[in-house]
Amino acid sequence: MDLLNSIILLTNFIVVPAITYGSQLALGAIGVTLIYGVLRFANFAYGDLMAFATMIVILFTWYLQSIGISLGVLPTALIALPIGIIATILISIFFDKAVFKYYREKKSDPVILIVVSLGVMFILNAIVRIIIGPGDVTFMDGSRFILKANEFKNLTGLNEGLAIKSTQLITFITTIITCSLLFYFLNKTKTGKSMRAYSNNEDLALLSGIDPGKIILLTWILVSILATIAGTLYGLDKSFKPLAYWNNLLPIFAATIVGGIGNPLGAFYGGFVIAFTEIGLTYAYKKFFIYLLPEQLEPNSLVQYISTDYKFAISFAILIVVLIYRPNGIFKGKVI
Amino acid sequence: MKNNLDIKIAFTIMGLLIMLVGFFQSWGVALSILNLCLISSVMSMGVNMQWGYSGLINFGVMGFLAIGGLAVIVISVPPVYAAWDAGGTGIIMSGLLLAALVYAVFYVHSKVTSKYKNYIIFVLVISIVPIMKVVSGPSIHAIESIDAATSGYLGGFNMPIIFSWFVGALLAAFVAFVTGKVCLGLRSDYLAIATLLISGIVITIVKHEEWLTRGVKNVIGLKRPAPYEVDLQNSDWFIGMIESIYSSRLSKITDIDQQMATLKELVISSSGVFVKLCFSLIFAVVLITLLIFSEKALRSPWGRMMRAIRDNEDAAKAMGKNVVKRHLHIFMIGSAIIGFAGAMLVTYDGLFTPASFQPLRYTFLIWVMVLLGGTGNNYGAILGGFVVWFIWIESAPLALFLINTLLSQVDNANEVKKHLIDSIPYFRYLMMGLGLLLVMRYRPKGLLPEKIIKN
Repeated sequence: MDLLNSIILLTNFIVVPAITYGSQLALGAIGVTLIYGVLRFANFAYGDLMAFATMIVILFTWYLQSIGISLGVLPTALIALPIGIIATILISIFFDKAVFKYYREKKSDPVILIVVSLGVMFILNAIVRIIIGPGDVTFMDGSRFILKANEFKNLTGLNEGLAIKSTQLITFITTIITCSLLFYFLNKTKTGKSMRAYSNNEDLALLSGIDPGKIILLTWILVSILATIAGTLYGLDKSFKPLAYWNNLLPIFAATIVGGIGNPLGAFYGGFVIAFTEIGLTYAYKKFFIYLLPEQLEPNSLVQYISTDYKFAISFAILIVVLIYRPNGIFKGKVI
Repeated sequence: MKNNLDIKIAFTIMGLLIMLVGFFQSWGVALSILNLCLISSVMSMGVNMQWGYSGLINFGVMGFLAIGGLAVIVISVPPVYAAWDAGGTGIIMSGLLLAALVYAVFYVHSKVTSKYKNYIIFVLVISIVPIMKVVSGPSIHAIESIDAATSGYLGGFNMPIIFSWFVGALLAAFVAFVTGKVCLGLRSDYLAIATLLISGIVITIVKHEEWLTRGVKNVIGLKRPAPYEVDLQNSDWFIGMIESIYSSRLSKITDIDQQMATLKELVISSSGVFVKLCFSLIFAVVLITLLIFSEKALRSPWGRMMRAIRDNEDAAKAMGKNVVKRHLHIFMIGSAIIGFAGAMLVTYDGLFTPASFQPLRYTFLIWVMVLLGGTGNNYGAILGGFVVWFIWIESAPLALFLINTLLSQVDNANEVKKHLIDSIPYFRYLMMGLGLLLVMRYRPKGLLPEKIIKN
């Protein structure tokens, strides 16, 4: 019984949150990695692109709610997703044409592109904060819990409860569906293959008649879809706050590099690696050990590796270890 | 010397703009803009050394600024003796232990040649956190529980605050040394991300290690290198000075009581201006000294070598220059200057608020200054600091003015107009982004491009 209790405890406090957080990071990291693989720069505006996409989704959700449309148990924001995606695609393409294209054609140094993406970041950040304000916005509706801790306790007769929020399940399922579709697209379809070819070797791809304009357009479309989904899922799960997306960018970058920058599958796993280590190392295991160990050995302290204040430091530490020992990411492999 | 003319014109325009603020808003506002312009210029000179002289991308500016601020706290604040009694020894011991552990890591890294070297380093690094927690935990708890509402931290060494600026520079250089050792070998985009993360960690430490910095409870009432307003208002020489400056205006007032009241008012308002003026003088001295030294350095063989490394790393390597070492040095020097500026900033504000350090404001804004002003040119970096800070402050009134003129037909109760007026602070980000993009596109070398030095 104690063993079961301890397993449920860990599931409730580590596995479920880490899977949710990991899914959000994975989606974001795949977006960053796609931009890096095809356009060859680290896009610092990505966090604010997610915030912009989420803002559009929120605005449209409010509109839907005001005319009385809802999805019942599911959050209304899911209907608003396509609108958000279209708006994000438009703004991404606008910034590509207005800003990034020039430097791409000039074949500027990647550092210059990073710096330029800072300019885009400032602008997107300003737009979001001017339109929706800097504060917290909650736009979650529908049922909040799939499984409540008390129900679980009554059902199983265990001491420990297991709670699953509906947003957590939605996040996980959406991520799996999105990623499966994406990987199917990249690996099986002709367009996807040409995208990979372009990312792998630009000159060879051009020689084989791949249209770079089309590939780049496609990349921005994919990236916008991912950014909208990732941003909305994060906003549903926590709440929407423009600066939170910027703060999320750092673990996303860490996940990207851990998985090998330019490698989407790596980015997917990288997201979960970061999430599990972050949550696993900041969780206080005291109760877990109380269940498992005999009474004499029970710990007095919290048995926490590092306090939650230092979540940041963990993704950084992983990043440093990876950069020093495996600069191409933990997965051996190809780009895209 | 066309270029020199450019510099003079640019700085004259900048000076006139600040004067205009003085005439139209108030001299207090103008001087505080000037002071922050001066501090920003020092910051952007630091970044310019890293980016402009040698092409190192440092997105950790915020972290080094905070380290400078931390030095101000540690050096200038009076010590809290009760806290020292309660946990001082424990903290010192654990500090020594931490240093020993870090040294051990570097020692193993450079000296041990075992197959398991990497694993040993890994275990050492992993074990630092729990060891430190066990060793320092009780003393930290003891320190933080002493008079938590007003102190709850160790305090500092009660030394002159100007001295702390130099300590801030040293401390920042030390952190840059450790960071540089780990990160400088990375590719430029990785370096950007790594430094950004490091600055995030520095801020987290400053925010959460309350025994050292009081964390989010802030440290207020720092010392000043300039006189206090209250002291000025009570000192005879200052009142005398104000009296002689405004003598014509005062003599027009016939009533003695009224004359005294006016004088008092003038003294109060001028004392603030005077204090700011003192700060301006100190900051200007710092900036000019720095400028002289860095211009000299740029023209020296050392500057030539740095430019050679930046322009063609492989060639410089082939000529026998130790690129890694040079990069480490310039990274440390640049960070030291940023740390110095951070200490100046905290001193000027008179308080240390770790929670206010945001990357947009303290890292990327400084970058906009450097890029806009002119990469690789010290005058450019200074001009960038002035221009960007000026726009940063004055864009809010400007945006308000624009909204009011463009939407003058619209009713004031209109929701859209109200919302726009509420979001005025964010228009400055829009301006910064647009400015950065325009400069990068049409003047990629900045307003004052780098001069080609032939020697």
